[in-house]
Amino acid sequence: MLNPQQIESRLERVLLTVQKPGRYVGGELNITVKDWQQVKTHVAFIFPDIYDLGISNVGLKILYDQVNQREDALAERAYSPWLDMEAVMRANQIPLYSLESKHSLADFDILGFSLPYETLYTNALNILDLAGVPQFSKDRDENHPLVIAGGHACYNPEPMHAFIDAFAIGEGEEVIHDIIEVHQNWKISGGSRNDLLTSLARIPGVYVPSFYAHHYLEDGTISHVEKLVADAKLPIVKRIVGKLPPPPTQFIVPNIEVVHDRVSVEIMRGCTRGCRFCHAGMISRPIRERSVAEIVDAAESAIRSTGFQDFSLMSLSSSDYTHILELVTAIGERFGKGRLTISLPSLRIDTVSVELMERLGNRRGTGFTLAPEAATERMRRIINKFIPDEQILETAREAYSHGWTNIKVYFMIGHPSETEEDVEAIAKLCNSILTEGRKLIGGRAKVNVSVGTFVPKPHTPFQWVSCDTPEQIEAKQDILRHKLRDRNIKLTWTAIEDTLLEAWLSRGDRRLSDVIYTAWKNGAKFDAWKDQHRYSVWQEAFSEHNIDSVFYTHRQRRTDEVFPWDHISPGVRKNFLFQDFRKSLEGEIRVDCREQCFACGILPQFADLRRENSGEVWKCPEVKSPKRILSGSQA
Amino acid sequence: MRLRITFSKSGTLRYTGHLDLHRIWERTCRRAGIPLSYSQGFHPQPRISLAAALPLGFLGQAELVDIWLDQEEDLKSIIKDLQAAAPPGLVLTAIQSIDQPQPALQTQVRSAEYEVLFLDEIDPGEVKTHLSDMLASESIPRQRRGKDYDLLPLLESLDLKLGEMDGIYSLSMRLSASPAATGRPEEVLAELGFSPENTRITRTLLILNNG
Repeated sequence: MLNPQQIESRLERVLLTVQKPGRYVGGELNITVKDWQQVKTHVAFIFPDIYDLGISNVGLKILYDQVNQREDALAERAYSPWLDMEAVMRANQIPLYSLESKHSLADFDILGFSLPYETLYTNALNILDLAGVPQFSKDRDENHPLVIAGGHACYNPEPMHAFIDAFAIGEGEEVIHDIIEVHQNWKISGGSRNDLLTSLARIPGVYVPSFYAHHYLEDGTISHVEKLVADAKLPIVKRIVGKLPPPPTQFIVPNIEVVHDRVSVEIMRGCTRGCRFCHAGMISRPIRERSVAEIVDAAESAIRSTGFQDFSLMSLSSSDYTHILELVTAIGERFGKGRLTISLPSLRIDTVSVELMERLGNRRGTGFTLAPEAATERMRRIINKFIPDEQILETAREAYSHGWTNIKVYFMIGHPSETEEDVEAIAKLCNSILTEGRKLIGGRAKVNVSVGTFVPKPHTPFQWVSCDTPEQIEAKQDILRHKLRDRNIKLTWTAIEDTLLEAWLSRGDRRLSDVIYTAWKNGAKFDAWKDQHRYSVWQEAFSEHNIDSVFYTHRQRRTDEVFPWDHISPGVRKNFLFQDFRKSLEGEIRVDCREQCFACGILPQFADLRRENSGEVWKCPEVKSPKRILSGSQA
Repeated sequence: MRLRITFSKSGTLRYTGHLDLHRIWERTCRRAGIPLSYSQGFHPQPRISLAAALPLGFLGQAELVDIWLDQEEDLKSIIKDLQAAAPPGLVLTAIQSIDQPQPALQTQVRSAEYEVLFLDEIDPGEVKTHLSDMLASESIPRQRRGKDYDLLPLLESLDLKLGEMDGIYSLSMRLSASPAATGRPEEVLAELGFSPENTRITRTLLILNNG
């Protein structure tokens, strides 16, 4: 195996032959480089896409800081090399290495993959291959790194079960320390790989797939999941932190241009809106907020330590942050007069949002975003994102009359029970928005329409419904292309192949591991990149393993079906989701659960944490009842 | 206030290109909290001006940048603050306050000196012969980006020399670097039959008009 010096000297010969060599060298401001010999545990965090995208990932930055704050461990970074660099590395036998110390990834104790979305799966396999680490978990032994993964896609870990030794379900800030400690004790003990996995399986929130067997019914659905060792948990309940730890402020400052050069401060975690299509909204409960002072101080210190000029306040629904007005006022006062661009994404569709954006003193060049997701009131009831039509138009008018010329509108097609009229209504609403804009600002008014295709995600009330077929999607997109023809309306949509791939991978079971492996072997990678489509490779991979892809996408699920992800618990109960699904069929909405608790299951699951963090940090009701009564209730 | 800073660019920063280096200076100034001047107009830009683009992969020993400030500041504290805010690989070596009316830094650059380190073993005798042949010729016709030109007049003074340092050979050259006539070390290397990937090139000095 090559040592860091050998890797560096080989790199020097090849870096000038690839595009943007700055992606592959590290050395950025605010990185942590520790003495390799002085720590017990070496962790490499990997974002399986290129540097330009991965460097701004806040989740990995949080984990990087968590590990580097320990004296006994170090964390370094790696990303996917772009195609040109991959070819050069393979030709010159350069293994994938970490940017900080240039150690081969195979030298690390732990490789931690971030898997926020499914189209990174083939890249993860490619990275293991480039690192010379066996891709299948069963082929790795005591001399190989432990391969772990976390992130939103891991709430259905099964498609990747064959490759990942252990999944960390939920929030990573605390569990990463548990994993490191288990690893250190195991190393001292000199135990087997199985000993390590057994200890890991005892950690709450850690899922070791090899300790479970999946049994199937004749129709291909799951009959039950069986745990094979006593220490394995069933269900595997996600980890959360009771109180959000201080946000990272020492962001790594790249020496080359990347996609997002910005400071991001998470203002709250979780969402109370209950939109039925929304995966993040269901899995990231409960709501925990940071204080205005903590956010403003973190922003100030991050801006000072980076010199970045873009600053984003992150959350799933900014308008719902309790002290939003106070926050934007404080931010506007502190930074508004500088040269910063401040973004406040995910605002509610109402005129208050226009006022919030104004208070931030924002540049108006960027466009004002509305995300109604559906264009008829009927459909917005079904998806539980109810906003009257008039409120959408009123917000658009307010934005146009306050200096914005471009309104971005986000919709999805393919919602359950969607008809042609619902799709036509998208075009109608966009045309009405433009008409309102023209009345106010004339020919400068523009509308950017982005229409995604809905994929029913695990752990959401819509997990029982089927995806639209390619023919249905095509017909709906045709309607939009035909009816949105004004030159001041720009329409973008999701390619059908992208939707299908997302659906297979997000709703797949254990059989998908073979499909993913075969697709990777036959050239699939960078599946999230429009210009790297290998749709036929995926179709061939399905047929090679005699698996019908339609089983995963275009099939209404039985109400009593056991899903491949049912043993993973986000704290929200399946029968809460089912109840909510039933309500959607009746067009019944549920209000924001800050107003009324609907007993989704979070509170009994995390009653102890709520009790330890009483007060307004959490938005769930207080838990006052004694511990013993609540501790038995589980999903 | 117009400042001229001499700096070196080394380590992994050699893989950062010219535009990105400009952005690095902007950010370094912001982190240091120094009062940068901005241009007028709809999209005000910080007034930072690098002397001459250093090609990707080159190291720089004595690069130059001019920076304008809104107010007078103490040079010693500025260089200290900037150094503390600079990323790894960017080292400030000198600072001076200069007369505002001077022409743009880019137009003042006349020549540049380079040192090329060969990463592989070379045959020094052969290279020497090749060098003297080059210098003795009437012209060195070359083509760059589809344009024919003569490299010979860009090879300034006859200080092309071959030295030996720790058993590694290096080649020093001084090339014309005025905006209309820029000699490129990789072109000289190509003429000698070397590919830049197998060398390490450092720009050691920028020579200004009247400098």
